[in-house]
Amino acid sequence: MIAVFKKELRSYFASMTGYIFIGILLLLAGIMCLAINLFNGPTNYELSLSMVSYIFLLIVPILTMSVMADERKNKTDQLLYSLPVNASEIVVGKFGAIAAVFAVPVIVMCLYPFILSLYGQVNFLSAYSGLFGFFLLGCALLAFGLFVSSLTESPVIAAVICFFSLLFMYLLSSFASLIPAGAFASYVCFILLIAAVAFLVYVLTNHSLFSMALFVVGCGGLTALYFVNASLFEGAFPAFLNWLCVYDRYIAFVNGIFDITGVIYYLSIVFLCLFFSVQSLEKRRWQ
Amino acid sequence: MQSVKLLFAIFQNFHPFFTNIVYNKIVLFYFLIQYGAHCLYKKEEELLICVQNLTKIYGNNTAVNNISFEIEEGKVYGFLGPNGAGKSTTMNMITGCLAATQGRVSVDGLDHFDDAKKAKALIGYLPEQPPLYFDLTPLEYLMFVGEAKGLRGEALAGQVKEVMEETQITDVSGRLIKNLSKGYKQRVGIAQAMLGNPKYIILDEPTVGLDPLQIIEIRKLIRSLAKERTVILSSHILAEVQEVCDELIVIIGGKIAAKGTIEDIKKNLSGPSTLTVAAKSEPGVDKSLFAGIDGIDTVQCSTQKGERQNETHFHITVADGADIREAVFKRFCEKGFVLLEMTAYVPSLEDIFIRLTESQTEGAGQEQEIEISLSPAAREAAILLTANEESQEPLKEEKADDEADEALGGDKE
Repeated sequence: MIAVFKKELRSYFASMTGYIFIGILLLLAGIMCLAINLFNGPTNYELSLSMVSYIFLLIVPILTMSVMADERKNKTDQLLYSLPVNASEIVVGKFGAIAAVFAVPVIVMCLYPFILSLYGQVNFLSAYSGLFGFFLLGCALLAFGLFVSSLTESPVIAAVICFFSLLFMYLLSSFASLIPAGAFASYVCFILLIAAVAFLVYVLTNHSLFSMALFVVGCGGLTALYFVNASLFEGAFPAFLNWLCVYDRYIAFVNGIFDITGVIYYLSIVFLCLFFSVQSLEKRRWQ
Repeated sequence: MQSVKLLFAIFQNFHPFFTNIVYNKIVLFYFLIQYGAHCLYKKEEELLICVQNLTKIYGNNTAVNNISFEIEEGKVYGFLGPNGAGKSTTMNMITGCLAATQGRVSVDGLDHFDDAKKAKALIGYLPEQPPLYFDLTPLEYLMFVGEAKGLRGEALAGQVKEVMEETQITDVSGRLIKNLSKGYKQRVGIAQAMLGNPKYIILDEPTVGLDPLQIIEIRKLIRSLAKERTVILSSHILAEVQEVCDELIVIIGGKIAAKGTIEDIKKNLSGPSTLTVAAKSEPGVDKSLFAGIDGIDTVQCSTQKGERQNETHFHITVADGADIREAVFKRFCEKGFVLLEMTAYVPSLEDIFIRLTESQTEGAGQEQEIEISLSPAAREAAILLTANEESQEPLKEEKADDEADEALGGDKE
């Protein structure tokens, strides 16, 4: 694991990728701090962080697109498979390196509240809890990017998929408000979702019986639940979409609230994405 | 792994926290049996790579079909076979890079399922395309591989230095791998496989794409590797295998077509050797001349035309292993005929290989010929023809014949 971590970190700084990522993030963080805090006057550093988070759309794909896809493209994955290292160690090592690169600009950004404190009263606690939320959000998105990269052989495709998925996640809460909140609408949406999941399972595993069973069991369960207690479905789907919206939790941090559920939420997203990456790596061995 | 399971089951049975549940007893009993079987099994196949009924199926394509063999210590093994025969797939499964659809590989009694890490640590592997990170230098790359193989500190630095000297890449250790020549890249790949002192080194087509001088050097390197380790290499070049390997495993169409030492294979699979005899044409020189000589299968007689008009040639097929040259010579002496020429021909390994390959892929080869030589229209007709051959209906066959003729004719125009 340490070997993979070191190697990844080295190759990030041997190529331009690491520098570009850090450069863009720091540039935007500086501009936002200048525009929001210095020009307008508030000393709450977390306010500028809320604007900086949009740049993840662009820089997460830059950092993660080639992390797994390149291994497959250059056939170096065969080396990793033949080394006495688990798939989970490989994934965790790689994610560690990504998180370490991301930590560099975050550490630099830790200086901003001090700079602001030269000009006025700064609430360090809320500033650093905002920064902590920012780091967690970044880690969750980077883990997601790593997972996307493990699905494909081409870094470009990985970057495109990653970008659009992140964009979709940003817009998810707006979508959620468009969907009717009635019980029946939610029921139908969930059925459609299960159909999509079953189809995805079929595409990934080629196991028609299992995906059919998944669909039938899912639909059966939902229908039974719907007839037993339809009120459970009221507004359930929009709530579900909101729950999926990774950025929503971040708003609490930006508003100066240290949200424990948010911390757990982000950590579980990281864990889930890494888990799926390990599975996708293992799946290649079984083909 | 087995012992851990067993310990856990014992713990479950005797710890007061887990009340006496019948299920636990059954589990303990099951693990006890499994452990016993594991111990017995392990003793049987200790200290060698044991491949049992290995099968790999990709979708509808069976790449490797029920292969079993053993690799003993201290020898150089060669996997020989045409492209796409399943050599690389087999190697990938032995090294644990691929999971088998069926069957089992154990390395010194360790399974890729239960003891993947330990099993992998015993093997150094160079895949067909050397798995190199182009943005690292050979030194950085080897340090990474060594560390991943569990080497630390001085042991790491020492071994990296050692393998770099052994593969002669010390001079280029500071250059980026992407700037190295193919031969050097291959060496870095081999150096990577040697790190961690693995007992078995597996090289997948190590000399492919190299120039003749580099090939000779890599072969030399492989031979020096084989002094201390067991080496398995794959190749579709016979000369290479003949030169480097002690034992051969010929894989064709996903199956083992032959295995054993080169001499064994030659002896067992050489098939009939032939003897060509030229005699002066005289009355009485015919097939009957060879009657009664042991070991003769068939005799074909032909009279030469043209320049050498008064020569009679005999083409004799000889039964396996027999040497009839002396008997033929004596017969000629007895009868007083003039023997002009006698040439014995024993099939080389190459002939055996070609024969094996052809016999395995005969059907496929014929189909291919049809596909290559005919236009699409004619191909359709040919397919019709073959379909009709099976049903054997004369009327339709005629029609199909006409169609085929038309199609061929149209092609010519």
